Amino acid sequence: MTNILPYIGPKVLRAALSIIVVVTLTFFVLRASGDPALQILGPGARAPDLEAFRQKWGLDQPLPVQYLRYLWGALHGDFGNSMLAGKPAAELVLERMPLTLALMLPALALNVLIGIPVGAYAAMHRDSWIDRSVMMLTVLGFTVPSFVLGLLFILIFSVTLGLFPSGGADKWQSFVLPVLTLGVGGAAMLARFTRSAMIEVLSQLYVVAASAKGVTWRQVIHHHAFPNAIIPILTLLGLMLGGQVAGAVLVENVFGWPGIGQLLVVSVGNRDLAVVQVILLLVALTMTSANLMMDLLYGVVDPRLRQARPGSH
Amino acid sequence: MQKKSRIDLPTLFASLWLCLMLLIAAAAPLIAPHDITAMDLRDRLSPPFGFGGTTVHLFGSDDLGRDVASRLYYSIRTSLLIAFGATVISVVVGTAIGFLAAYFRGLVEHFLLLLIDVQASLPFLIVALAMLAFFGNSLPLFVGLMGLYGWERNARLARGLALAAGAQGYAGATRQLGAHPLRIYLRHILPNSAATLLVAATVTFPEIILVESGLSFLGLGVQPPMTSLGVMVGTGREYITRAPWMLLSPSIVIVLTAVAVSVVGDFLRDKLDPTLK
Repeated sequence: MTNILPYIGPKVLRAALSIIVVVTLTFFVLRASGDPALQILGPGARAPDLEAFRQKWGLDQPLPVQYLRYLWGALHGDFGNSMLAGKPAAELVLERMPLTLALMLPALALNVLIGIPVGAYAAMHRDSWIDRSVMMLTVLGFTVPSFVLGLLFILIFSVTLGLFPSGGADKWQSFVLPVLTLGVGGAAMLARFTRSAMIEVLSQLYVVAASAKGVTWRQVIHHHAFPNAIIPILTLLGLMLGGQVAGAVLVENVFGWPGIGQLLVVSVGNRDLAVVQVILLLVALTMTSANLMMDLLYGVVDPRLRQARPGSH
Repeated sequence: MQKKSRIDLPTLFASLWLCLMLLIAAAAPLIAPHDITAMDLRDRLSPPFGFGGTTVHLFGSDDLGRDVASRLYYSIRTSLLIAFGATVISVVVGTAIGFLAAYFRGLVEHFLLLLIDVQASLPFLIVALAMLAFFGNSLPLFVGLMGLYGWERNARLARGLALAAGAQGYAGATRQLGAHPLRIYLRHILPNSAATLLVAATVTFPEIILVESGLSFLGLGVQPPMTSLGVMVGTGREYITRAPWMLLSPSIVIVLTAVAVSVVGDFLRDKLDPTLK
């Protein structure tokens, strides 16, 4: 246990540092970009109204003061109010969270459950016709943008076949198309990556040695090849989360899914600063901690990495 | 890894498709039968030729009676131009930052690495969404913003290449001869890294097409009266039941182009730089 701290310490520090930079950057960029009072009240608003609005939301204070106030509030769980809805921004975002998670978690499961087995199978049957056709399909799977795929699904399964609803989030049927749309691209990418990771590992000497001493093929795959291939796959999984989040914004828009992605598009259009900040922060936090968790997982699956190397991280 | 000396069939088709796209983009004003904003309200939502339509609108017409084919040609032109400009910016900016990090080391390098971390913690689409809506939208700004796409990947790559080159004899030799660092980087290290950076650009290019069309689809990218592939898909979705051709033709172009670039990119990667995977 003693040697784990030097391994994770710098990583935690870097993660925290990048979160602070994100908070600071979003605050200053968004504040510097325009006057929210004019945006909300419209260009025809009278000067006293504008003044009152600015005073009410603290926009008349100097920027550094606003910034410190924002930080102080954020540390206490107060992210300011949505200027449009008049409710705490964090509350507004958290309300939408379950629906977005209900899309993303099944989609992630779909990625892993389809992508990894398919990729591993293709690697074990390299250059067979199954391998070739799977690889052709995956190119299509990750190059088709999610909004095009979603609309094609709607065209086929809702408009033509009438099997699933094209929007809304009220029945279990409404989950099928959005989850599928969000899951396909990641699964294709993961399948390709798993295939090349497995092929690389299968050519290593320890795999050859294990086969040579008479270990069954099944055991070679399970105990020698796969555990070694999983490390780069984990890295990719962490990196894919970003694509998944961006995909969710588009997919929610296509299917009229009332989640965080839609809230973001609407809030951005209305210059609802507090809400945009909360969402950006939430995304940055999620992705940073996901990548941190992946780093920790490497430590678990690869004991070599637990040895802290002095002077490098 | 076996060497393939000749072009395989998918690569051939992909290259042909890309040539066709380039040709259409270049010749859009010549081959477009109608003006892209010319409306014909008596001939709205007319289906493509062969699906009950006439040859007046080969790919059908849209909700305002505008010619889908003409709009498609111009959309290809816009989307390719934006993606091309943005890719150039992304590679130039990324390379410059990467070289700077490699040259200065120390604090500058740590700062740049921190920025790369930050970029990695926010999906580009979300950053772009916020920036566009808050700073307003104009074409130069949009292209510049798209040019930020992938800078962190190119910077990391360029830094690695420069560090590797710095350890090699030729860079050391020019340094010993008293060459200015600018000369070493631009005249010696850059040409030696060019092949790898070029391959990186073929990865960035299709991704920018996808981000651009995604943003335009959300209504936050290319603004009317200009049109791009994403804009066409975005307008087409409203008429998905009555006029699916409005949405299908740009979708097909997006998909085929992205696939073609990635097939050709794979081919180039095998040819130019066997060290990249």
